[in-house]
Amino acid sequence: MSTTATASASGERTKAGIRLCTRQDLVPNSGVVAWHEGSQIAVFAIPAGASTDLELYAVDNHDPFSGANVIGRGIVGELGGELVVASPIYKQHFRLRDGQCVEDESRRLRCWPLAFDGDDVVLLQEDSIVRA
Amino acid sequence: MNAPDNLTAPHSDTALPRLIVIGNGMVGHYFLEQLIETGVHRRLAVTVFGEERHRAYDRVHLSEYFGGRDADSLSLSESDYCDLNGIELHLDEAVTAIDREAKRVTTTRGEYAYDQLVLATGSYPFVPPIPTLEETTESHAALVYRTLDDLDRIRNAAESLAERDIRRGVVVGGGLLGLEAANALKSLGLEAHVVEFAPRLMPVQLDDQGGDALRRQIEALGVAVHVERATTEIVKGETHRYRMNFADGEWLETDLVVFSAGIRPQDRLARESGLAIGERGGVVIDETCHTSDPDIFAIGECALWNGQIFGLVAPGYTMARTVAGCLSGTCEPFSGADMSTKLKLLGVDVGSIGDAHARTEGAVSYRFIDEAGHGYRRLVVSADGKRAIGAVLVGDNSYYDTLLQYVQNAIKLPADPASLILPQSEGTPLLGADALPETATICSCHNVSKGAICQAVEGGCSDLSALKAETKASTGCGGCTALLKQVFEHELESRGIEVDRSLCEHFAYTRQELYGIVRVEGIRSFEALHERHGKGHLGCDICKPAVASILASCWNEPIMEPSLVPLQDTNDTFMANMQKNGTYSVVPRIPGGEITPDKLIAIGAVAKKYDLYTKITGGQRIDLFGAQLHELPEIWSELIEAGFETGHAYGKSTRTVKSCVGNTWCRYGVQDSVAMALTIENRYKGLRSPHKLKFAVSGCTRECAEAQSKDVGVIATEHGWNLYVCGNGGMRPRHAELFATDLDDETLLKTIDRFLMFYIRTADRLQRTSVWRENLDGGLDYLKQVVLEDSLGLGDELETQMQHVVDQYECEWAGALKDPEKLKRFRTFVNDKRADPDIIAVSERDQPRPARPEEIASLAVEVTS
Repeated sequence: MSTTATASASGERTKAGIRLCTRQDLVPNSGVVAWHEGSQIAVFAIPAGASTDLELYAVDNHDPFSGANVIGRGIVGELGGELVVASPIYKQHFRLRDGQCVEDESRRLRCWPLAFDGDDVVLLQEDSIVRA
Repeated sequence: MNAPDNLTAPHSDTALPRLIVIGNGMVGHYFLEQLIETGVHRRLAVTVFGEERHRAYDRVHLSEYFGGRDADSLSLSESDYCDLNGIELHLDEAVTAIDREAKRVTTTRGEYAYDQLVLATGSYPFVPPIPTLEETTESHAALVYRTLDDLDRIRNAAESLAERDIRRGVVVGGGLLGLEAANALKSLGLEAHVVEFAPRLMPVQLDDQGGDALRRQIEALGVAVHVERATTEIVKGETHRYRMNFADGEWLETDLVVFSAGIRPQDRLARESGLAIGERGGVVIDETCHTSDPDIFAIGECALWNGQIFGLVAPGYTMARTVAGCLSGTCEPFSGADMSTKLKLLGVDVGSIGDAHARTEGAVSYRFIDEAGHGYRRLVVSADGKRAIGAVLVGDNSYYDTLLQYVQNAIKLPADPASLILPQSEGTPLLGADALPETATICSCHNVSKGAICQAVEGGCSDLSALKAETKASTGCGGCTALLKQVFEHELESRGIEVDRSLCEHFAYTRQELYGIVRVEGIRSFEALHERHGKGHLGCDICKPAVASILASCWNEPIMEPSLVPLQDTNDTFMANMQKNGTYSVVPRIPGGEITPDKLIAIGAVAKKYDLYTKITGGQRIDLFGAQLHELPEIWSELIEAGFETGHAYGKSTRTVKSCVGNTWCRYGVQDSVAMALTIENRYKGLRSPHKLKFAVSGCTRECAEAQSKDVGVIATEHGWNLYVCGNGGMRPRHAELFATDLDDETLLKTIDRFLMFYIRTADRLQRTSVWRENLDGGLDYLKQVVLEDSLGLGDELETQMQHVVDQYECEWAGALKDPEKLKRFRTFVNDKRADPDIIAVSERDQPRPARPEEIASLAVEVTS
């Protein structure tokens, strides 16, 4: 048997940006991982307050503490009002909005700006790093 | 050679103050180490004289010299240790005189000037004045046991008897050293006898019963013991070389006699140079280890402090640190030493702590005497019964550390002090957080003591993460997290600070309280619970899995329900155990450890196909390592095809029920332990709980399944099953406690139902049954009342609840494989079919294992070059 991948042609450039995956690939309140030109991008979709749409966050899937590519499989949560993901290996927390590690100032995950383009999830600006 | 004008000047090229150390024994050597550690050796010209030809060696393990160790392996340092550190070491050069006025010492080879002098001359064996046969050749009737040369003499004496059928050796003195000497004689193949003047062995450390127990154990090892024997003379023997005549008219023949009847401080040099000496010998020192001459120190067994000679190395070491401190300007006064000792004599454990003889006024003793196994334990407590003040142990030193902490730290005794020395199968009480001494290590990765944690709390650390950051405790393997929390909360409470037991910032409740809310209000989702009782809008990695576990324990809905998925820890989410490189291990359930050849082959085939590292677990099943996320569904579909179910190795849930083979095959088995293990495992598989649950069933009292180290242990009896609960292996091992006896099958299961459900209801998050039980008010008795006597009237409810969980069971993996929506999650990349290119394995012992960083680096070089 095979896993039911629903990936549409990814990497395709549209007017809005570079297509990564579709809305159906996402898991609300949790993460998935997309491949983009050698980078592994952990994509988190968080229901935004009262509105029905999802807020998107993208950080590096690579965990600088363990050296493993696992951030996309961490638990998403809230610490002091900030959205964070906890590394499933040694449990450090990283802010979703800028990748900053809560426990260690010197560690920060690379980030990407994402948006919906209809049902597509697109990378807005290639390889840009969002500064807090 | 010792012409006064020919002053031998060590370090003659230096203007540094000259320090001479007389003696290169264990304490003398330790002193040098302290000099080097504090760096003082660079500011002094240090010269050391050793009378023996060997550099300092481990005298404590002297008897091993006959057990295969040589002088070199007993040596306390490498041969160039002093050289490398600029210390002049003169071996085989005895100091014969000290001229305090001229500040010079005379040796067998020259004269040396000093500015400061340290006497570490040790002691010499006391040989009682017994009239002994005059002999022309070297006498074998007055051997002693202290130095390597003494041991060589003993060996030569023994070898000279080679032609005899029975070679017998007697040790005079049944103390610590005497018994060591007897061990040495035994190692030489001699028939060893010990003759002791006092009515018991080790009269200093042991009481009568302890001495008696030790004597019986030693006799069982083939060493003859004669107590209350005063040797009056040694004459020519008839069947052996000598005959020892005793005061009571008895006699004993032997081929050699070793005296080990105590030690005397080696104070001759001090005495002859006019230093103050004690009435019964010993160089008088003050609390800074100065002798009556301000430029001369004395340390170790030659020194007399407060009228006391210390015949153990530890106090000598303390003195050495004191002197090294004085020389470096940070003197820590010597204030006596604890003479508690823990030894293995001829393989027998012996321990003596504090006031072992109950000499303190009003002291009361508890005694445990095992006449069958010759074991003995005595606990001496103060008159008011509140503090332990001494103890004697013979046969089992596993009690020593706890007892020593009770005595040294004046820890309040438990309600039943005797429990501290009762056999461990009854459950030795562990020290709780409050009872742990300051010195107790909490985090062994970063070597953080309880004292350091208390200090941090004292310094203002008021939350756990700050405490972790400051002390580094629990930042290594994390195994001490629960213990750290316990110590931390106790410290806060004892300072009157209210402890916030909130689960996290989103729920101001404990796990137990949340459990109650979920049940009473019938809450079935995290969102509902969070909306009604939580704060913030999302939860976190603490409360989400905790609530998921509570929901599962209450309602046992499949954990792959969409609403539950984001709550789970990654292991629960992907139903496999994440390893350090991000791959997973897969553990199919093998109930009771029983497996058919076909299933074994099926596991092997899967492991081979997916190139998984394969290892047998401690719980009698098989762990397959190295699977990537996208491979899990395929692996599981093949395993399920072969008849396996998920093993829940990833969950805080029932793990395994270990079993022995039972009466089906075993000659000794009295019940079918495998069948019972299968029943138990199949009943409780899938049960979610505050922490993992391990079980075992043994088919007889030999306990091959090690049930007494499990959360739930079952041991077969002639009449049914004995149930043990709340045991633990791992970091803080705890013997399970006997909970109920001779239960029939049905009652056994009902009892376990109630026990487990009560634990699930009341335990804290990630609290194993052992810690839960230790913190349970009312202890085991209370637990028995609730579970066995139904004192809370909960019995039926607990059983019904468990039956509900059992009825709801389904294999999570089987469920997930049927649902394409759930399978969507098992993709390494949602937009690409490739595997994670950073996961690189190399082969070791014919199996794959994750490549180490340096191996990955070298692979990268190969690729690019």
